[in-house]
This record gives sequence, C-alpha cells and structure tokens, in this order.
Amino acid sequence: MKLELRGITKVFGTFVANDAIDLVVEPGEIHSLLGENGAGKSTLMNVLYGLYRPDGGEILLDDEPVRFSGPGDAMRAGIGMVHQHFMLVPPFTVAENVMLGNEPGTFGFLDLASARRTVRELSARFGFDIDPDAVVEDLPVGAQQRVEIIKALSRQAKVLVLDEPTAVLTPHETDELMGIMRQLRDEGTSIVFITHKLREVKAVADRITVIRRGRIVGTADPSADQTELASLMVGRSVALDLDKAPAAPGEVALEVRGLGVTDADGVVLLDDVDLDVHRGEVLGVAGVQGNGQTELTEALLGLQKGARGSIRLDGAELVGRSTRQILDAGVGFVPEDRTHDALVPDFSVAENLVLDQHHRAPYATGVLLHPEAVRRRATAEVEEFDVRTGSIDDAVSTLSGGNQQKVVMARALGRDLSLFIASQPTRGVDVGSIEFLHRRIVAERDKGTPVIIVSTELDEVIQLSDRIAVMYRGGILGIVPADEDRDVLGLMMAGYTAEAAREAVAAGARTSDTTLADEGDIV
Amino acid sequence: MSTLVQDPVPVADAPVVPVRTSERLRSWWHLPTALTVLALAALLVFGLGSPAADSTTFRLAAEGDLNPGGIVPGDVAIPARVLAIVLAALCLVIAGVLWWASATVTALGRWRTALVVVFGLLWVIAFLDWAFHGATVDVGAMLQTMMVLAVPLAFGALSGVLSERSGVINIAIEGQLLMGAFGAVLVGSMVGSPWAGLIAAPVMSLLIGVLLALFAVGYRVQQIIVGVVLNVFAIGLTSFFFGTVMKQNPQMFNQPLRLPTLRIPLLADLPVIGRVLFEQNILVYLMWIIVAVLTVALFRTRWGLRVRAVGEHPRAADTVGINVNGTRWGNVLLGSAVAGLGGATLTIGTGVAFGEEMSAGKGYIALAAMILGRYHPVGALAAALLFAFTDALQLRLGTLPTGSGAGIPSQFLLMLPYIVTLFAVAGVVGRVRVPAADGVPYVKQ
Repeated sequence: MKLELRGITKVFGTFVANDAIDLVVEPGEIHSLLGENGAGKSTLMNVLYGLYRPDGGEILLDDEPVRFSGPGDAMRAGIGMVHQHFMLVPPFTVAENVMLGNEPGTFGFLDLASARRTVRELSARFGFDIDPDAVVEDLPVGAQQRVEIIKALSRQAKVLVLDEPTAVLTPHETDELMGIMRQLRDEGTSIVFITHKLREVKAVADRITVIRRGRIVGTADPSADQTELASLMVGRSVALDLDKAPAAPGEVALEVRGLGVTDADGVVLLDDVDLDVHRGEVLGVAGVQGNGQTELTEALLGLQKGARGSIRLDGAELVGRSTRQILDAGVGFVPEDRTHDALVPDFSVAENLVLDQHHRAPYATGVLLHPEAVRRRATAEVEEFDVRTGSIDDAVSTLSGGNQQKVVMARALGRDLSLFIASQPTRGVDVGSIEFLHRRIVAERDKGTPVIIVSTELDEVIQLSDRIAVMYRGGILGIVPADEDRDVLGLMMAGYTAEAAREAVAAGARTSDTTLADEGDIV
Repeated sequence: MSTLVQDPVPVADAPVVPVRTSERLRSWWHLPTALTVLALAALLVFGLGSPAADSTTFRLAAEGDLNPGGIVPGDVAIPARVLAIVLAALCLVIAGVLWWASATVTALGRWRTALVVVFGLLWVIAFLDWAFHGATVDVGAMLQTMMVLAVPLAFGALSGVLSERSGVINIAIEGQLLMGAFGAVLVGSMVGSPWAGLIAAPVMSLLIGVLLALFAVGYRVQQIIVGVVLNVFAIGLTSFFFGTVMKQNPQMFNQPLRLPTLRIPLLADLPVIGRVLFEQNILVYLMWIIVAVLTVALFRTRWGLRVRAVGEHPRAADTVGINVNGTRWGNVLLGSAVAGLGGATLTIGTGVAFGEEMSAGKGYIALAAMILGRYHPVGALAAALLFAFTDALQLRLGTLPTGSGAGIPSQFLLMLPYIVTLFAVAGVVGRVRVPAADGVPYVKQ
C-alpha cells in the first residue's frame, strides 16, 4: 500500500511539532525517518495512527484521502504500529494481547484456540519462537517486540510503523529485527522505520527522510555518508568521534566484592558482583536494560535495601552507610531516569543544582539556607555547562530534556569527587550536547577520578570506556578491554561469556554492524 | 557469579525465568513465628481456659431435616478442654512443618497455602469450643446468620470488582449500599410491593454511580476523594429524607417490607446446609448467579478481556481501538447497580424499614473483601463470607446465656469483624496484584 502524507501540521499550544510535512512511502519499501529526540518523528506517526488529530494536512492511502478518528480506524485501514513503549498488557498471554480489540469468537465469547492458531502461524512464517500461552511480562523485550509485530500483522497491516524499535534490543536482536523488516518488505509491506541511529538507517533503509524541529530538512540515499546524515539531522557539522587520550589508571580506588541484592520474594536482582575501578579510568557497564544495572548503581549509592557484600571506596566500607554519608564521601551520581530520580520538576534550576549539597556549607549553616551562595553556584554551573534556560529561577521542568540532563550532570560534577557514577549520561540528549557531556566525563577521568558509566547504548560505552563490564541477568559476565570486537560485546549482552562469544565470532558469527564497518562507513 | 550458567546459549524468545535465591529470605521466620504464637495462645487460652468439667455441644442436624437413618448426628457434645488441646496441638504441628520448610528452604507450593487454611479452620473451631463451652453451637443457624450478613458485603465487593478491574477506584460502595437500601424501601412503600423496591434499588444507587463516573472518569478528579465525598453525600441525602418525609408519613414512605422467601423443596431440608443454600429470598440466589456470570464474563468473553485491558494498560487498549473511558463509565454504572442490590438486602431483604446511616461501614468492609478476594468475583464472595462469619459469631456470642461461654466483653466482640478485616487485608497486601491502572485517570492526547 502506498502511503502519502501531505502538509501535515500539528501544534501543541505555541509549539509547532510538525510543520507542513510531506512524505511518500512506496509499497514494499523501508522508509527511514531520521531525526533527533524531539524532532517530531513520533508526533507525525501518532497523527498517522489516529492518536493525534492533525491541525492541517491530509493522509492518503493508495491515493485516496482518509480520515482517522482513532487508532481503530487506522488499523482497519491497514496501518500497524509498533510503539517505542510497547502497547502490550503485561499480565495477559501472547494470544490475549494479539487478539485484543479484534477478538475472534461467537456471542462475545473468546475463541482462544483460533487466537493461538493465528499466533502460531505468524510466528512460524517469520521464524519467531513465540509460545501463544506465554505471559508477556515474562518474555524478554526482544520477544515482546515480536509479539507487537505479530499483533500488527494479525490485523492485516499493509503499512508498518516501527517507532525507535532498536532502543531496547541487543545488537544481535537488532540484526534479527532488520532481517524481519527485509522479509516483510519483500512480501510487499511498506515499513516506516523511525530512529536516530545512523548505523541502522544505513544498514536497512531504502530511502531516508531527515526531520529536524518539526520540518523535513532533506532526503538522502542509504549510501550517504554518516557525517553528512548527522549534520543534516543536527543542523550543523558534528564530530561523531570522541578524541580522548589513553587512560593513565592509578591505584584501585573502588573495590566491590560479592555485592548482591535480593528482593522480598527471593528473586536475585544483583548476583555476587566483583568489580575494581582504578583512579583515572572509565569503567563502562554494558548490557540490555533490566539486567541489574539499576540495582548495581543504586547499591553503590546505598539506595538498595538489604545489599550484601562489600563496597570499599579508598579503603572505607560503604555498605551499611546511608546515602547521605556516601554522597558526603565524594560520590557523584547521575541516575538513569532524570525525571523520576534526579530532578524535582517544580523546583528552580538553582535549587535542583544544590539538591545533594543543600545541607552543607557554603549553601547552608544549621537550619538556614543561603540563597545567595546557591544562586552563585547556579550561575556558574549554567554558564559552564551551557544550560539553555531563561533564568536560573525557572522551574527545571520548563527546560528541554537535553538541558535537564546538563543540570543533573552539572550537579554531580560540580565538586571534587572520589567516584563518579553516571547512568545513561546522555539519554534523550541531542547529538551536539552528547559531544559536550562526553568531553566532561573524560575530563573528570583525566583529573584522576574513577568513573563508572552505565549505558544501554553500546556505542556510548565503547566510546567512553577504558574497560567494559557486561551485565546479564544480574551478574557480570566478564570485563573486557574497550577495544574488544563489537560482535563479542553484542553476544555477551545476549548471555554468552567472553570466551564463548570470542569462539562464536571466530567461527563466523557476525552482525551487520561489522559488515558495514568493513565497508569503511562506520566511525 | 555462582548461579550464572551461560552455556548453552539462551533461546532469544523463551520466557525469562527469574533467578531465585537458594538461601533463606530475610523474612523466612515471619509466618512460622506468627503461627506458633497463635497456636500457643490457643493452647493456653482455649485449652487451659476451658473448664475441665464443661463440654461444648455442636448441633448439626435438627428435627424435621431430611436425614435418613440419622446419617448426620444431631447434637455432638465434646469435652471442651480436650477438644481445644487437641486442636491447638494440631496447630502446633502445622507451625512445626512450616518452620521446617522455611528453615530448609523446601518449596511447598500450594501445600503451604493449604496448610495455612487448615490451620485457620482448626484455630477457629478451637476458638468456638472455648467461647461456647457449656453451651450449644447451632452450626446451621450460625451459617444462616452468616449468609444474611454476607449478601450485602458480597454485592458491594462485586461492585468494587467491576469498577476497579476497569481502573476506577470505588470507595463509594458505602454510599451505593445506602442509596440502594433507601430506594428499595421508598419505592417499595409507595407502590406497596417489595418487588418494586427490588427494581428501584439498583436504579437509585445508579445516582452515585453516575456521579462517580462523571467526576472520576469525566473530570479526572482524584478518585478516593470523590468516593469519600459521595459517601458523605449519600448519608446527607438519605438522612434528610429520613428525617422529613419518612418520619412524617412512614406508612406511605418507610414501611418494613420483606421479599418472600423462596424455598426449594427437598433440598431445603438437608441438614446443616439446606436452609442456608435453598431457603432464601431472591437476592441471595441473584448473588450466586451474578458471581457465576461475572466470573465467566470477566475471563472468558470479549467484554471481560477489554475491561481487564483497560484496567491494566489503558493506552494499549486505546491503540487497538477500545473506548477506554466508555468502558470505565459502563463498569462504574454496572457496579453501582450491583451494589444497589446489596443495599436492598439491608432493608427489603431482611424486612426492616430504612434507618439513618444503616449501611454502617459495610461498604468499606466490602472494599476489604474485594482486595482480600484478589479482585476476583469468587474470591470476593469467599472474603465476604469470612467477614460475615466473624460478624455472625459476634452476634451469637452476645446472646449466650449467663454462666456459659467464655464471657468475652461485648465491646471486644463488636470489634471482632473489624479486627479480622484489618489482619486479613494487612496479610495479603503486597501479594495481591492490583490492576495496574487502578485509580489513574486516562487522558487521551
């Protein structure tokens, strides 16, 4: 089916999210929509899917104008969507999720057998290994995504929209997804692939449309150069590579031994973790989200109840100490979820910048707060980190995601540290700011601070780290040097040990990433 | 890295089985300790507290029951102290088994739950034995009282299940019961037939349902606040009419009407359970039917799947074309109508006139029954029966002749149902899976 968007405009208040966007997706092509976070890609697709009403423009399917008053209409017209945050009901089974809203059966009774059959058929056709009776919340994210694809296909989707589908996948799963996309395309399905990852666009797209600040800024061929695509996406030339001097690691500063966390039901969340971090080195922690990274960083900060084992920072034991004592010992922390764990949205930028220090000199004496000292610090930090805000007294919630992240980073880095821990340091940050934040992290390392970086973006871990620890199911599978083969890291994220992964790679297992790298495109 | 096994390589799409610790949990001693303390208390208080000379009589079959050849014995008299000590000893054995299982990390699975339930039953019988020593426990009559008290709670809890499964917190059950009780008497008296009241009750409590849906779903007001306000509103409204028109002309507006008892021949003559199950008014039979229908509807039909989806993940439901707020409106209204039937049991079901604030907190107990029943119709009914049993016990104990029984002060007896509610709900909190979007208004972009 041919999909055409003409002059789609969507306005939220005074903010123009989509400004007269024209887009044509031919039958049987993978059309990539490339743009930064907040560029308006998801808004556009939500308009297409009937979740948002457009303020202008029209949608044409096979040259016929259509109007959707809700997702039900869009689905009936043959549009399927795999959302970035899965639209699956966690306690339902796969079959129940697939049939929801489109249930087979007579007199209102569910025909589970027929739903199971649908799941099995589609699952077999694409080589998925999905059990229709598995409960969705027990499935790994990669499998959940396949359930979403089955759900869309079971409704005869002719146009499939994939919104940032690779954000939660291991490199290996990403490759499999690309295989599925090609297979679907060859069967005539049109695919809109939304992403901000240049590597993936080049690997799978037939055509590329770049969108920036709600407008189409250009189209490109998959053969286009990565730097060219990046500058089109950001609007200025960017350096994708991080120039950093080799690390000069000193003595061991952080010694973690047998660190474990078990929840109230006996589920092991963190399993006997051993780690050493040296002064002046960056230890990267790679892994698919939900494999114990959150628990590791929180246990280091004293935020996990009942952590076992030992954490020694410069010889002093941290397990059993309160979070405030640990912060006072010079630990700087950037939590993974800035809106929930890092910032108080209604507090001003200045107040947020001293949240971890507000009880101490020079910001306070006894019960008294010294607003002048707080403002001086804020003014300095806002300048240094180039936080784009109207005033330091504006509520932090009025800032863009990237600027909020800069506030969090500035708070953690704004004093002398004995350890710096950053989780997802650049999530939702534009390419330009990523460059800056990465430089700051490396500068902290070069000051001699031990640094731990946790990220689900393998690229980020590889760029920043001097050594890489891979986490899987609550444990550390292995610690490898930063120049380890990408394929080995990818397989480790899927649960191979370092040795098994190296053997597999030597025996020919590889990912499309390296195929591209061989062609000299990858930075 | 003790428990990690990476070879062979995991299958990508296989369900994730969480790694469980093979060591004792931090809380491993909680349950065995609680059971041991309870069993020891039973031994000391119920066992040694019962006079050695007294015996407790349990009446099972009565005169005129369908009891060929006396298969079911009539009155069974057992020495009170011996029985209590034997039961307490059995309780101690169960506690011991749980100590062993918890200490050695032996998984008992379903047996664990079964053991705890058996423990509870034995403990309750020991309690009855002590509380009624020197007197008679009429089991059939006690069950009958329990059923009468359980019906309004069950209807209330079903109202909660309907509403909360779709994601709307229903604190307003109390107000719905009160409006139902009020409407049944008012319309029944005006028309002169309890059957008119039976129809009026659900209609009248729909008023609360409409307001709850309007504010909680339509205007997205904090749902607990709306519920509490509606309860106060129902008390004010019914008290006003009670104090004015009903007082002035009770003949016209507030007659004690009663729905006829429908007796099912033969079955109603069975000993112990006959009258409880087969000699009741239509509301009791309706309750059984609604529990059955709702169980099938929630888990086997398109409607039920959609309702549960809306309560768990409304946005996912929206993206497959389900009308989230429409579903919620429907369920809140349906629920309040069901609660109206529960209100009707308080008046035309038991043959009394309307009284001010006569629901007396039953709506809140119904809410507790819904939680204890894990948002499941059958569970809600079972929990309602449990709470009603403690209430029935309290009523029976209050009317014991002096000189027999343990002589527990009546004030403590009155607390009993609420204490049981408190402990039952506290015990299951954290184990019950609440619909994920319960209480969260849905905003469409």
